[in-house]
Amino acid sequence: MLPMLSPADISQPQDGLFVLSGCWTVHTLAGADQKIAAIGNSEAVEVVIDGSQLATIDSLGVWLLQQQCKKIRTAGRSVRLLDWPVNSQKLLDIVENQIDIPVLRAAHRSFLEKIGRNAEAGWQGMFALLSFIGECVLALVRIGLRPNRWRWQQVFKYIEISGFDALPIVGLTAFLLGIVVAYQGADQLRLYGASIFVVDLVGYAMLREFSPLITAIIIAGRSGSAYAAQIGTMVITEEIDGMRTIGIEPVEFLVLPKIIALMVALPLLTVFADLTGVFGGMFMARSQLDISYHEFLARFGSKIGLSALLIGVGKAVVFAAIIAIVGCYQGFRTKGNADSVGRQTTRSVVQSIFIVIILDSGFSVIFSILGI
Amino acid sequence: MPIATEQGNTAEKKNPAVIEVRQLGTRFGSHVVHADLDLDVRQGEIYAIVGGSGSGKSTLLREMIMLHRPDSGSIRILNTDILELAKAEAQALRQRWGVMFQHGGLFGTLNVRDNVGLPLREHTDLADEVIDELAAWKISLSGLAPEVGLQFPTELSGGMLKRASMARALALDPELLFLDEPTAGLDPAGASGIDALVRSLHELYQSTIVIITHDLDFLWQVTDRVAVLGEGKVVGVGAMAELVEMDHPVIRQYFDGPRGRAAQAQAQTESGEHHHIRG
Ligand SMILES: Nc1ncnc2c1ncn2[C@@H]1O[C@H](COP(=O)(O)OP(=O)(O)O)[C@@H](O)[C@H]1O
Ligand SMILES: [Mg+2]
Repeated sequence: MLPMLSPADISQPQDGLFVLSGCWTVHTLAGADQKIAAIGNSEAVEVVIDGSQLATIDSLGVWLLQQQCKKIRTAGRSVRLLDWPVNSQKLLDIVENQIDIPVLRAAHRSFLEKIGRNAEAGWQGMFALLSFIGECVLALVRIGLRPNRWRWQQVFKYIEISGFDALPIVGLTAFLLGIVVAYQGADQLRLYGASIFVVDLVGYAMLREFSPLITAIIIAGRSGSAYAAQIGTMVITEEIDGMRTIGIEPVEFLVLPKIIALMVALPLLTVFADLTGVFGGMFMARSQLDISYHEFLARFGSKIGLSALLIGVGKAVVFAAIIAIVGCYQGFRTKGNADSVGRQTTRSVVQSIFIVIILDSGFSVIFSILGI
Repeated sequence: MPIATEQGNTAEKKNPAVIEVRQLGTRFGSHVVHADLDLDVRQGEIYAIVGGSGSGKSTLLREMIMLHRPDSGSIRILNTDILELAKAEAQALRQRWGVMFQHGGLFGTLNVRDNVGLPLREHTDLADEVIDELAAWKISLSGLAPEVGLQFPTELSGGMLKRASMARALALDPELLFLDEPTAGLDPAGASGIDALVRSLHELYQSTIVIITHDLDFLWQVTDRVAVLGEGKVVGVGAMAELVEMDHPVIRQYFDGPRGRAAQAQAQTESGEHHHIRG
């Protein structure tokens, strides 16, 4: 049962006398602020405000009223409060004293200044990433010399979470990609009576380019983001600080196992993606170009060299390091609040995919120069 | 809180109850937290709930503010049975109380002034400038400097965070104010600052205040009545001076430590100028 809330009202039985009635509270004042303006606009030399009919008034009501009183007083006229409830006196006095409270505004930044600040932040972020990579390498060297400090359990755990658990999604995506590649090639090749070359197309495209790339992109979205979110949350809950104070290096404890695990898992996933991708292509070749599995595999075995597989797997090792490092790095850059965790997680994914694609095109250039 | 014009000033024994908890039962799995717990808070009083760690104080608070549903029993708040409410009624009721969470519960993405203004923005049609002014005023009422309004929660110290959280709890002028551990984790100066703040706000708004606390000084200085939780029930309730005379083992254990006696001695030398013990 909610109490009866009669709406706030004002009447003006004679010039300069205002009688307030009803509830003057947050919930009932909607729209009444227009009527209140009549008080401040009054021309009377002395404005009298009668509070005897009021049911209740809260600090919002008092605030709006005192604003009007202030307006009258600054115009050099006077205000008198008549018959107000005793227990609202304190509120009236406090609000009257504090009505002039300053409302500060945050400093406004010009467009140019924002550009400058962003550029500066980007530049420093790059150095920070480089120094984080350096830190990881140093830690790796440090524990590389003392194999008993390796956290094998963590490494295996992450291989399972980031590698084994991702098998279905990676396998399915690569399979579909193999189908798409073969399908796109099929029409063109049939036109030239060169259908059998679909084997070369699928083989090279999947093994050298698409498998490592699509696997890296999936893992960046799946595991890189998880690393960033985990570490970011630990920063906010001061777990990272706690770790440092009891003498555990966060990089050693949290970052290295992830990097090592991903550098093992991603190449293996890539090989798996190769298998399902080529199978997808083979499936498409049979249904569209009438190339039997046997024919396909025979040509695959004789034409696609081991180097194609190794190049793809080699790239995956590098991509793995990038994804794990960028994910952890963005996690450590988290500051303050939950919003920041979300922002850093997004950044980790965008940044690692971006770097992976840049590196991939870099590799293409290098390989073509070397003629591999 | 709207001030009822014909109301008396402070809680008298005859004041109606604003919170009535009856035969409350709460269980997590097989772990029984509350068993047949009864409790009454009367209008206008400052009521504290104390008890050992794990005695179910926070759970009780969460049940009273509709964040957790008890397994049995009934809770009436402001004459409304909160376990039988439709969604719209629950929303309306929520606007009539304010809650200050132990860790602030402020939104990290908003600065303090926007945090305080948020309930007003959501629930009223007031103009933005009025909301900003009101928020700035509530911030200063809570004892914070005007500059704090532009700061973000992560930039505040523990004491400032509690004050900012208090300012937000006050945004809609609640009739009922719930404070979870308002002085926990504060230095003595900060804690006595909060003591004074609660007292002055109570005087200004005359609202009912329910406090969960471990702070014995706070209990002596500020509260009207105190309920001690133990064994899933309220094992004793009364003004501090009455409680220290009771001999239920849970109560004895709670107040008999050296800190308990020190706080009592302190309170008695100050001889209660500002706090009124009622029989
Ligand atoms: N969500 C939950 N799930 C399981 N047990 C809980 C949950 N919340 C509280 N408890 C248990 O209920 C008991 C009371 O908790 P709580 O109300 O937080 O105690 P207090 O605030 O008095 O220290 C504790 O034993 C706690 O373990
Ligand atoms: Mg608790």
